[in-house]
Amino acid sequence: MKLVVNGEAVDSTATTLADLLAELGKAQAKVATAVNEQFVPAGLRAAQALNKGDRVEIVAPRQGG
Amino acid sequence: MPAFYGKCISSRLMLGTAQYPSPAILAEAFRRSGAGIATVSVRREAGGEQAGQDFWALIQELGVAVLPNTAGCHSVREAVTTAQMARELFDTNWIKLEVIGHADTLQPDPFGLVDAARRLNDDGFEVFPYCTEDLVLCERLVEAGCQVLMPWGAPIGSGLGLNNVYGLRSLRAHFPDLTLVVDAGLGLPSQAAHVMELGYDAVLLNTGVARAGDPVAMAKGFASAVEAGALAAEADPMEPRDMAVPSTPVLGQAFL
Repeated sequence: MKLVVNGEAVDSTATTLADLLAELGKAQAKVATAVNEQFVPAGLRAAQALNKGDRVEIVAPRQGG
Repeated sequence: MPAFYGKCISSRLMLGTAQYPSPAILAEAFRRSGAGIATVSVRREAGGEQAGQDFWALIQELGVAVLPNTAGCHSVREAVTTAQMARELFDTNWIKLEVIGHADTLQPDPFGLVDAARRLNDDGFEVFPYCTEDLVLCERLVEAGCQVLMPWGAPIGSGLGLNNVYGLRSLRAHFPDLTLVVDAGLGLPSQAAHVMELGYDAVLLNTGVARAGDPVAMAKGFASAVEAGALAAEADPMEPRDMAVPSTPVLGQAFL
């Protein structure tokens, strides 16, 4: 299934956001997520189904002003 | 010392964490300046990178309060979603709310800012809006629930200092009890001292320290200036006057 993860096309077998994070090796990483511009809390990632073309954002802490 | 949504911070200096020559220099700048709050952001991480985790470990070692931002957001939706992600990531209700309205000046979009501030305050956030010194905008932000305001001194990263001293002084007079911070545009410690002399509660800057030739020395310089300015404000400065008044006693001067 084609997804857009952090702006890049990704071919994934994941059916949920939690699966996708595991596939990307970020299941335990300190990240926050959004799907189609909507925030998805960590506790809801396993219940967040992914569909073809979904836009997923995965962000981490970074320097800021 | 300033209080932000009921939390007292032991320093009037707030520092950004971006653009330092190295993580070690960033850490030393915080240690030597005693800055009490660090601003941070959330950003995408390239596949397999651990930069975010490493950065977070560094910030935790500093032992300062963390203020995540919504830098780069130009719409209310972007800013609100970014704030929600930041709240989970950094485990804080604090958010430095940026809704940028102009690409060249990075001037805040006042309309989007008030809308986003209202939504975030309603959602339990404690909002630090990056705003201008416009009195009407600031009134709207307070009505939206903001207990801290952070007007700019000058455009982000410009180092121009205080572009509108009158406006900042008026804002302080208009909100005598609100926590006010000048955020952005400062390049020299003297400008930070001026902010404090105007009666502001704190100063937030990043580029002025991080892009100095010696960021650690500059951070310390800003910390000293902020302390000096705050002391001056508490000390009730004399009124300026146009004509000279001799400071040495005239009485008793020898008649020669």
